[in-house]
Amino acid sequence: MDLIQPLIVQGAQMFLALALAPALIGFVRKVKAQLLRRRGPPILQPYRDLIRLLRKDVVLADNASWLFRAAPYMVFAGTWVAAALVPTFASGLMFSWSADLVAIIALLGSARFFLALAGLDVGTSFGGIGSSREVMIASLAEPALIVIVFTMALLAGSTQLSTIASFMASNDVGIRISLGMALIALLIVALAENARIPVDNPATHLELTMVHEAMVLEYSGRHLALMEFAAWLQLLLYLSLIGCMFAPWGLTTASTNPGGYLVGLAAYILKLIAGGMVLGLFEVVIAKMRVFRVPEFVGVALMLALLATLLRYVSSSQ
Amino acid sequence: MTLIALLWCIAAWLGLSVFAVVVARTAIVGTIVYAACLAIGMLGLSAGLEHLIAATAPAETIILPLGLPWLGANFRLDNLSAFFVLVVDLGAATASLYALGYGRHESEQHRVLPFYPAFLAAMNLVVLADDAFTFLVSWELMSLVSWALVVAHHHDRENIRAGYVYLLMASFGTVALLLAFGLLAGPEGSYAFAELRLHPPSETLAAAVLALTIVGTGSKAGLIPLHVWLPLAHPAAPSHVSALMSGVMTKVAVYAFIRIVFTFLGPPQWWWALPVLIAGAASAVIGVLYALNQSDLKKLLAYSTIDNIGVIFIGLGLALAFQTNALGAAAALAMAAALLHVFNHALFKSLLFFGAGAVLTSTGERNLERLGGLIHTMPVTAFLFLLASMAICALPPLNGFVSEWLTFQAVLISPQLPQWSLRLIVPAVGAMLALAAALTAACFVKAFGFAFLGRPRSDVAKRAVETDTFSLAGMFSLGALCLFIGILPGFVIDRLAPVTQFLLSARLPVQADVPWLSIIPISEGRSSYNGLLVFLFILISSLGAVLVIHTFASRKVRRSAAWDCGFPDPRPVTQYSADSFVQPLRRVYGTLVFLAREKVQMPTPGEMSPARFTVTMQDLAWRLIYSPIVHAVEFSAERLNVLQFMTIRRYLALVFSALIFLLIVLASWT
Repeated sequence: MDLIQPLIVQGAQMFLALALAPALIGFVRKVKAQLLRRRGPPILQPYRDLIRLLRKDVVLADNASWLFRAAPYMVFAGTWVAAALVPTFASGLMFSWSADLVAIIALLGSARFFLALAGLDVGTSFGGIGSSREVMIASLAEPALIVIVFTMALLAGSTQLSTIASFMASNDVGIRISLGMALIALLIVALAENARIPVDNPATHLELTMVHEAMVLEYSGRHLALMEFAAWLQLLLYLSLIGCMFAPWGLTTASTNPGGYLVGLAAYILKLIAGGMVLGLFEVVIAKMRVFRVPEFVGVALMLALLATLLRYVSSSQ
Repeated sequence: MTLIALLWCIAAWLGLSVFAVVVARTAIVGTIVYAACLAIGMLGLSAGLEHLIAATAPAETIILPLGLPWLGANFRLDNLSAFFVLVVDLGAATASLYALGYGRHESEQHRVLPFYPAFLAAMNLVVLADDAFTFLVSWELMSLVSWALVVAHHHDRENIRAGYVYLLMASFGTVALLLAFGLLAGPEGSYAFAELRLHPPSETLAAAVLALTIVGTGSKAGLIPLHVWLPLAHPAAPSHVSALMSGVMTKVAVYAFIRIVFTFLGPPQWWWALPVLIAGAASAVIGVLYALNQSDLKKLLAYSTIDNIGVIFIGLGLALAFQTNALGAAAALAMAAALLHVFNHALFKSLLFFGAGAVLTSTGERNLERLGGLIHTMPVTAFLFLLASMAICALPPLNGFVSEWLTFQAVLISPQLPQWSLRLIVPAVGAMLALAAALTAACFVKAFGFAFLGRPRSDVAKRAVETDTFSLAGMFSLGALCLFIGILPGFVIDRLAPVTQFLLSARLPVQADVPWLSIIPISEGRSSYNGLLVFLFILISSLGAVLVIHTFASRKVRRSAAWDCGFPDPRPVTQYSADSFVQPLRRVYGTLVFLAREKVQMPTPGEMSPARFTVTMQDLAWRLIYSPIVHAVEFSAERLNVLQFMTIRRYLALVFSALIFLLIVLASWT
């Protein structure tokens, strides 16, 4: 019994992430459309897109290699494993000790590595430009994320996400400047890593401003479905991460009764709705940046995160 | 007994060198020499491994009647040297296996074969030496033999220049080490390491020795700004020697640093960590930025070695900082991270150089702008190169991630340090480490993406064929080790415990006791990582996705021309080039670090001249340090040149006045 329950919770989280990721992206699109006084596609549209893409044949470029065909699965698997390790409605996941926050970031890094390689495989100019810009943005966003992890780990005394979440939920946190800085930095990183406005525009095509879309331009059918799904999962992952570190309310621990899980689930969905609305609103009111303004924007995240860590070092006593 | 076996291995290698000098020009001799090197390397490897696994094995010493008559040649095998014997001989064995195939394509075989076994012997001698004289002689032998290998292809003027710079920097490093040992031994001290261990120097003397050691070993390891020779010399050598120089010889320098700083200098001062940490962080970031801007595959790999040496020195600096403050477990963690990275880097950097060598023999090209599409013609090489790229980018579940992860964990303990300057520097070093890791990923997306992916950018790339079986076997063994250590890191970390015990009298918790084969560096609540589970998760979820999709959704594939937004162009020139790939990164970082400037010259409309795009970048180390030195030497040489063409009377006058001057000095002295 004491093995089966955590296993169910872990499995439920894994599939919950899969189930909710398209709904989240549909919701964000709906919010944006409504704010622009458009009706917008229904929230369930991404599910339909996925199913349609999965049914279609794959059209591969003549010189696509095995890497091009393997990359969607690697990107999807890396993102999914990372997403499964982030607490959504319950902390203390069964396998949370198998990878700490640094490892989760590195898993996302693996997914990005394959994505960038896939962009180069066919040998088109669009794929190259996408990969090139992706690694440029990631070269600032990833260290910023690691340094944010430093801040959180110094506070909670652990890099395990479950421990950080339960520490943040406890009462002895209080309001700290370093936490505020880390939150702002994390928000910037989340925008950059998920190819959202102002860093990238998820709705553009055929423009030289695009990054993520340019890398997956040659994909079609089930491969494209997996690439899109991985991107949606990553957005869900970042919202869960922000939720469980900075708004850990309602997060149940593994030991409570089943009723606690329902509360946790409701709280989680509310958090996603709130996050999606904020994201939609933000994207509507801000303009896309020029590519070479992006390093300054993401560089702010790195500097804020470093300042937050330095504050932790300075204020921590022996 | 193990030490005797190792000395016999060294003797066999040296004998092999002599044998190769005699018969180097016959065809079959290459196979014989490399096969023998492989066998001896395996023997040395098992000897080192045996000593390390028998964790309580006492140190063995031997004095041979060679060298200085009153000293003899002292050799000693303790846990530290056993670990480095393992690193050196693993590199030696795999490089020899690879060379069994690669050596057949060698055009200057008679210039490589005599020096190759001697190079292996010299590296083993350095890590086994137990007195300063033997150490320095072996060190110099290692430098000279590797110099001979660098200039093996001496018809290329570039290689001659590389060899010249290497020779200068190597001599400079040896001088620094010579002075360091002189200071350690003192006016009447002995040069035996056993004596040096017993009599640590005074505080000021130790500081001077530390500075000289950083310069002496750093110039061999490639710490910035002493790195200038490395990216010239490593790529110039034949590829299996490049792998040894980058993957193994730099580690011998790391060994020398650890040996001197951790065992001869006595209890460390707190500020010793500062120069080591700063040099490490600077090397990590600047090294990878240099690597990013290279289009020459082997040069890119050489620069990336500087980056990894920086990561290792960050670990060593942290170990020093923790050791000063009697944080034994933390020091053991930082040291274990550094040692594991030493081992890991030896594995994946050798593999990457082997891959570059395979590309070089198959196409004759190492310029990324003229490669591409090799994944179709060299699939196995491509797969192994990809594996090593993932390992060096610190991606789970491979081995590079484990050592980076351990280093991050060591950084996160640093708030326990009482010194303010260290507490301010260490988080910045951690951020630099993260930056270097992210840039490494960009660098190897470029290396793999432009060598192996895309469309062939030249005819030679189009005609490439898969390399031979021996080369593939050498690469495969390294790739398998990378995966093994990534999945079961606890096994290797436990083997490092005797070394940290020997150096710091502390060790990490026994990882074999941790359930599920996880690794827990400090305590369970703090952090843990399980490579096996992460590997299984990735495997299951990707295979599951394949299975589900292929069963319930479409599994058809149709081939067609690339889409490319509707305007595909069949000419390979229209692909993204390796240089344009890094242009955004160059704009972000290069303007600061390399003073990079881009200039676009657009002809006025109607004019028929082509548009021109020029990038200028400056190597600040050359501009600020080396060029002034070169100028000063040239200036004084020119001024002193008059002394060369004087009449005998003037010479006599000069000698006479010098004599008078010295006598006056002597008289006023006493």
